[in-house]
Amino acid sequence: MSLYVFWFGMLGVLLTGYAVLDGFDLGVGILHLVLARDDRERRVLLNSIGPLWDGNEVWLVTFGGALFAAFPRAYATVLSGFYLPVVVLLACLIGRAISIEFRSKRKSMAWRTYWDVSFSLSSGLAVFVMGLLVGHVLRGVPLDEDGEYAGTFGDLFHPFPILVGALAVATSALHGATYLCLKVEGELAVRGKTWAFRTFFVFLPLYLAASASTLATVPHALDNFAHLPLAWVVVGLNVLAVANVPRTLHKGTPGWAFLSTGALICALTFLLGMALFPNLLLDPVHPERSLTITSAASSESTLRLMRVIALLGLPFIATYTFIVYWVFRGKTKIDTFSY
Amino acid sequence: MLGLARAQFALTIMFHYLFPPLSIGLGAMMVMMEGLFLRTKDPAWSKLTRFWSRVFAVNFAVGVASGIVMELQFGTNWATYSRFVGDVFGSALAAEGIFAFFLESGFLAVLVFGWDRVSPRVHFLSTCMVFTGSVFSSVWIVIANSWQQTPAGHRIVGEGVHRRAEIVDFWAMVFNPSAMPRLAHVLLGAFLVGAFFVASVSAYHVLKGIEVEMSKRAFTLALGFAFATIVAMGLSGHEQANTVAKYQPVKLAAFEGHFKTSSEGVPLYLFGVPDTEAGTIRYGVGVPGMLSYLVKGDTKAPLPALDSVPPEDRPSVPVPFTAYHVMITLAGAMTALASIGVFFRMRGTIFEKKWLLRAFVGAVFMPYLANQAGWVACEVGRQPWVVYGLLRTKDAASKVVHGPSIVFSIVVFSLLYLALFAVWLFVLTDKILHGPGYGTEDHGGSEGKEPTNQGILSAAASLSDPASPDSMTSARASTSEGA
Repeated sequence: MSLYVFWFGMLGVLLTGYAVLDGFDLGVGILHLVLARDDRERRVLLNSIGPLWDGNEVWLVTFGGALFAAFPRAYATVLSGFYLPVVVLLACLIGRAISIEFRSKRKSMAWRTYWDVSFSLSSGLAVFVMGLLVGHVLRGVPLDEDGEYAGTFGDLFHPFPILVGALAVATSALHGATYLCLKVEGELAVRGKTWAFRTFFVFLPLYLAASASTLATVPHALDNFAHLPLAWVVVGLNVLAVANVPRTLHKGTPGWAFLSTGALICALTFLLGMALFPNLLLDPVHPERSLTITSAASSESTLRLMRVIALLGLPFIATYTFIVYWVFRGKTKIDTFSY
Repeated sequence: MLGLARAQFALTIMFHYLFPPLSIGLGAMMVMMEGLFLRTKDPAWSKLTRFWSRVFAVNFAVGVASGIVMELQFGTNWATYSRFVGDVFGSALAAEGIFAFFLESGFLAVLVFGWDRVSPRVHFLSTCMVFTGSVFSSVWIVIANSWQQTPAGHRIVGEGVHRRAEIVDFWAMVFNPSAMPRLAHVLLGAFLVGAFFVASVSAYHVLKGIEVEMSKRAFTLALGFAFATIVAMGLSGHEQANTVAKYQPVKLAAFEGHFKTSSEGVPLYLFGVPDTEAGTIRYGVGVPGMLSYLVKGDTKAPLPALDSVPPEDRPSVPVPFTAYHVMITLAGAMTALASIGVFFRMRGTIFEKKWLLRAFVGAVFMPYLANQAGWVACEVGRQPWVVYGLLRTKDAASKVVHGPSIVFSIVVFSLLYLALFAVWLFVLTDKILHGPGYGTEDHGGSEGKEPTNQGILSAAASLSDPASPDSMTSARASTSEGA
């Protein structure tokens, strides 16, 4: 496997880790206002993700750092080209962190309600913007001869990326709902199940619409399947994972439901990678301007060195992640140290 | 355009840098406190660690939130810079993510939420890991920034928009000439923030009669740490100035307002107002020949001045000069205060000297300001270069980003940061007023002593009426759940 392919795959791993892990805590945020009805329930929801959300967000930070290091030209073009959405995303991530951290610090209900709303809205908007950006990258962006973004403000609001943004919100909410089924008890768990079904039936049409319009409007999405027919297995698994969500929810095995929504997200990010490879940013009109895994990359020696760093670091990351999830396993309880 | 982009960067980096130094410094203090608890089994140290871990958590959360902006805005506002340095700077940043951030965030969860879930030893290990993570983080980011000051281990390839730096020798890049002296300087600066912060809050608790015995111990520990750090800081500062003199002589000339090259020794100013037009320092109070002596060991030795390079390569003087001298003055003040504190602590009379404790309460602003001023001097003194001698700041900004977008981001971040800062102050004040006894009565508080202040209102009441700290019991009851 060439270095360039390794780093493309590494970014895929980091993005998948981020989507699966932060996906559920963002999803809990999206459902925060509708699912939990009183102060105690909202504290349970916050504390179900309390010790975990911050570490989950580190996957995004590391994804950003790895993109900067491995493919600086793509990093520079995407972030400067999508300046305004990125600023909004950053504002949401900050707003969300503040909300979680400060909500339960005062007793006043007005204070708490304010942070509840801010937590939920910033979670939802953050996921939407990330989906929007993925939609743009999937669809392809106009670039100039220097590889700089050449789109306009109006281009941001193309229907396809908006559809992908909506799908991201629904997927994240569904993933959050199955997570809650696993982590909370009693009446809250019953309501979690209801909302898991509800979000599933929002997710399903969006998923079908996004799949159909990808096939219709993104012709290069299937090109790589010719080289890697095994990828069809992932498509099959994706469909099975989708079908398994209502089945396991109905059977009352929330662990399997959560695994299914997680697998579903993994499959989606894998398919995103299949659609992009070997481009990071494709210009459909001027394909020769596209930023590919070779044209956007750092030098080979840096990629090789970074590969050593990544391979040294990954076992540690896996260990820390395992330790934290192990220490905080089981149903969420409120104690002195809770939010 | 460029001015806006620079203003945006100044805003976000200066705001961000309010938080990491406290995370590093307080991390060190918590390792000491919890280590003392494991050694002595004295529950006071456990209570103190718990108390400070809550302060740490609030500070860390704000630091992470403002830090994500830092990481992505290299790409949003400085795209050309990102393409140029990605091979070098990006690698350091990615290493920071892989080695430092996961370590910090993972073990922070155990540190803050895991008191009842893991054994004391595992908990102590988590505290150490969080501290190690924050130090790793500073290592990589200081290496990356130092490479911008004194680039090494790279070569330049490509032309025009494809021109960029590539690593040819990783270890030469990591150990670039200014990296290690600057790392020591940055870490000591962070330790000062942590030490003075704990000293300030503990002095306040002693003055207000909140958990007095415990707070005296915390104060003593912090005072010792502050003193040791400020002594080391003197050595580090000297080393640091020598590194700048050797590799960035023009920057040192800007620090000291040394405009014109001459054959005489160069003074070290204690105070002065730079006059860029005339190229002199007005109202200057300084030691003649002292700068030459510090750098060359000879009061008569000439040093390169600003006019040793073409005008387009010169930094402006007023900002670096002022910031540098603010930093030096504060370092002197902190040395004096820490020395006086140690003197009276050794005589055993410090806790009777209310004026000195009050001075320590207020002194927390000094290390914060000194850290900020030091970075301002260092970064503005590097101008007009963003990568010293290789890439000019004016060539580094994003080409596709226009004024209104940057104004939008400045407005958004200013508002958010204002809110963030207000809430940070508010919650921190709340925790500090509660004191270390709060909320821990069921967890190892074997002294059986009722915490004197439980609510912000009763704490506020006790400020005006120390004789009846529990006068507002209703306020206490209503806030007893708000930990």
